[in-house]
Amino acid sequence: MISKKWLLALGVGMVLALGAAACGDDDDDGGEASASGLSGTIRIDGSSTVAPLTSIAAEEFQGENPDVNVTVGTSGTSGGFEKFCAGETDANDASRQIEPEEKRVCSENGVEYGEVQVANDALSVIVNPNNPLTCISVETLNQAWDNGSTVDSWGDLDGLDADVGDEDLELFGPGSDSGTYDYFTEAVNGEEGVIRTDYNSIGENDNAAINGVAGDEWAMAYVPYSFVEEAGEQVKALEIDGGDGCVAPTAETVQDGSYTPLGRPLFIYPSAEALAKPEFDAFLEFYIANQASLTEAATFVPMTEEQTQASEEEISKLIG
Amino acid sequence: MSNGSQVPFGSRARVAAEGARAATLGSLHRQPAKVVALNRAFRVFLYGTVALALIGLAALLVDAFVEGEARLSLGLITDSTSRIADNAGFRQAILGSLYLVGLMILMVVPLGVGAAIYMEEYGNRESRLNRMIEVNIQNLAAVPAIVYGILGLAFIVRGPIDLGFMLFAGSITLTLLVLPTVIIAAREAIRAVPPSIREGSLALGATQWQTIRHQVLPAALPGVLTGVILAVSRALGEAAPLLLFGAAIFVTTDPQPFNSDAGWTALPVQIFSLAADPQAELRELAAAGIIIMLAVLLLMNSFAIWLRNRYEQKW
Repeated sequence: MISKKWLLALGVGMVLALGAAACGDDDDDGGEASASGLSGTIRIDGSSTVAPLTSIAAEEFQGENPDVNVTVGTSGTSGGFEKFCAGETDANDASRQIEPEEKRVCSENGVEYGEVQVANDALSVIVNPNNPLTCISVETLNQAWDNGSTVDSWGDLDGLDADVGDEDLELFGPGSDSGTYDYFTEAVNGEEGVIRTDYNSIGENDNAAINGVAGDEWAMAYVPYSFVEEAGEQVKALEIDGGDGCVAPTAETVQDGSYTPLGRPLFIYPSAEALAKPEFDAFLEFYIANQASLTEAATFVPMTEEQTQASEEEISKLIG
Repeated sequence: MSNGSQVPFGSRARVAAEGARAATLGSLHRQPAKVVALNRAFRVFLYGTVALALIGLAALLVDAFVEGEARLSLGLITDSTSRIADNAGFRQAILGSLYLVGLMILMVVPLGVGAAIYMEEYGNRESRLNRMIEVNIQNLAAVPAIVYGILGLAFIVRGPIDLGFMLFAGSITLTLLVLPTVIIAAREAIRAVPPSIREGSLALGATQWQTIRHQVLPAALPGVLTGVILAVSRALGEAAPLLLFGAAIFVTTDPQPFNSDAGWTALPVQIFSLAADPQAELRELAAAGIIIMLAVLLLMNSFAIWLRNRYEQKW
């Protein structure tokens, strides 16, 4: 009786193993007939902010080049650079520029790379729609979010343009692996990674911030622009006063550079090794050439014409 | 389980005990009201604890169904991951999870049962070394999954074993993660086999290995399978270590477990990333993914439960 059972277990195992082998064969067979003649694997990791855009680019690209397999992961900008600089990925999505420490690791491991802008983002500060506030200055943001800040109610904040009262202030923000976190702390608190430690960390899940602010009348959070767009009436994005008056986060203000300091470029970092592969070059060119429709589909802020041109030039220089 | 002529030992004993209790109560005075009330209160409390667990599960199921119902279709199983909610499916994720757990079972059952047999049948339970191993296994069962993820990344994906970001590396890590659960369950099962069975076998001239192989293991099998069910349930739902392992959120080819160049993903990883997406449609998809994962889990577990009932031994 017992031997039957072991046979069964073995059988299940073999079916799995055979399935694995069969799948492998299928993919190899498929590599021959392709209109573009391109085939291969492209492995991209990095920022969860950029990933939706890269994923949709990959999907469209694969529609035209069915034999190229693009995979996209979301380890966060920092987590992604760690893999990228170890030579484990072809390209890294980044919601901020590469840092000196990461550059050092890359060059130690002999990983050379380029930097290509793929879209813009308006890092948006959001509050509940019932909050009467419409605009907030960078100084006030700093007061609320700075390392060691003891502000715990709206009444503690200076320079508000509306009478918000003295309700408890609830803060939501991403975790420290996030490029959004790096960028916000740098722009608002003057140094990357400097921030009060007693806010609600939502990790890489920006929806938790949307839900938090939608559900708590006196909450505040910062999220990438695409989340604000998709959330609609649930939350209100504040105008930001960076010293030259209040500016709302919109595609136009980000593109013309007036939404400071929270407008930011989003990047992809291709490695030199990947750039030597024709299928990767084709993907990168496709990404930039179609950035207008891709950013629209993924609700990102598109690049301006100059930015697109700069990216195209960068790519042709990299491909050489 | 019980079919008239073959009442299992456990329930036969219970029937006898209940009869004895009734007889005793009949010959005594009525019990004080306070004791009766306490008895009733405790019973209500126990029902309450069970109800609480069931309500939690029901709430989760209802929530997932209400949100994901609109997205349920056959395409969900056969289509690839996609950013366009209407085209999106979980094909790669389902296959990835099946490979992960299937390969894990192949590794964890022999390792776990082997360790349990050693500790119960061969090892000297009094020796300091074995006591240390025992304590360590129990501690390992409580180590958070992410710690195994970091270990796997440093030693299996990179470092000495250097497999690269292949699915099989994830399988090995899940094996390490659930190994303590399987060992503990298998030990309990082996210990529950009555010593008289072993003694009888040895007395008839069987060797220790023959005794284990033909008497102890078959008798312990249901308990071992219970451990495997727990292990599969835990491994199937685990996303944290897999995220470290290069499980992708977007991949359109079927997984190749032993190819470190091929991207792969798993159900919990997909659910985790979809639930965090800006688009509401893709968040609905996450709820549908939860339903699929529950279905896969139920399927795998019912197979194990069927096996267990089939080989249940009655003394």
